[in-house]
Amino acid sequence: MTVLLIIALLATGVAGTVVALTPDPQRQAVTLSVYGLLLGTVFVLAAAPDVALSQLSVGTALVPLLVLLTVRTVRRRGGRSGGSGSDGS
Amino acid sequence: MSRLRLVLFGLGAVGLAVLWVVATTGLPPVGTDVHPYRDAAVAAAAAHATANVVSSINFDQRTFDTLGEETILLASVVAVTTLLRPADDERVEPPDPPPAVLPATRLAGWALLPVTLLVGADVVLHGHLTPGGGFQGGVVLATALHLLYLAGSFPALQWVRPTRWAPLLEPAGSGLFVVVGLAGLVVGAGFTAEFLPPGVLGAPLSSGTVLLLNVVAGVGVGAAVVSLLGQFLRQEIVIGPGAAP
Repeated sequence: MTVLLIIALLATGVAGTVVALTPDPQRQAVTLSVYGLLLGTVFVLAAAPDVALSQLSVGTALVPLLVLLTVRTVRRRGGRSGGSGSDGS
Repeated sequence: MSRLRLVLFGLGAVGLAVLWVVATTGLPPVGTDVHPYRDAAVAAAAAHATANVVSSINFDQRTFDTLGEETILLASVVAVTTLLRPADDERVEPPDPPPAVLPATRLAGWALLPVTLLVGADVVLHGHLTPGGGFQGGVVLATALHLLYLAGSFPALQWVRPTRWAPLLEPAGSGLFVVVGLAGLVVGAGFTAEFLPPGVLGAPLSSGTVLLLNVVAGVGVGAAVVSLLGQFLRQEIVIGPGAAP
């Protein structure tokens, strides 16, 4: 169980880094979803199924969906394209 | 610019690291059998016949905290509804004919709709017995409704008119939460105090107000998520930029 927990924790850390390093918000929504799934696994392994359920429903399904819808609407409106990553320095 | 951000991040990271070390050095060691909070929480949950101790903490021992979370949801729904209403330079237009959806996707959407509704209701109604509760179940119920959209039936989703009833149902759920809390003040020991007969531990109808608050929170959260998603979908599908003035 401890080994599984360590593996899940490491995977979550890697996934979190991947989310942070994904430049495009649209792709970020997908990596965020995967990260949420892994975090949910950590919660299950840590004997916290209640939190895992919340994490799965909100972090894996709801937030990425809202991000995707927002990105789509902004792009469709002809919002500034390529607004990913560069902070207009 | 990005240098400044890096410096800011560095300061924050150092601050977090210092505070984290200070905070964790004072903690009792992990993995021992000494859990003062667990002992108190489990005893309190058993006293009110709530099999799921987490639910007991959320909806009995720290109900006021949960009321705050419910209020945050209400605030976000109000904010989204206000911000995403059609602006002056936008107009509501009939939705484009939905893109062709694979028959398999359509079938999956329709087949999963009743299953998801059932699972959502189950998670809400058994929140006092098994993992879950009003918050998780409410989100499941809300996503069930949006399987209609996934099945390519935006007209069906519009027919349900989520943006009409959901923004009313969400404050109703939050309001009933407060009403149950006030009932505790009138009948019981104080605001959000337990006032219903607790029943037998593990029975479907047990745990007194925990079950009631779970149902009320399930209605509120479900309606909140439905109206949030509904507003975002509506913005995406039927609200278009109006003619340039």
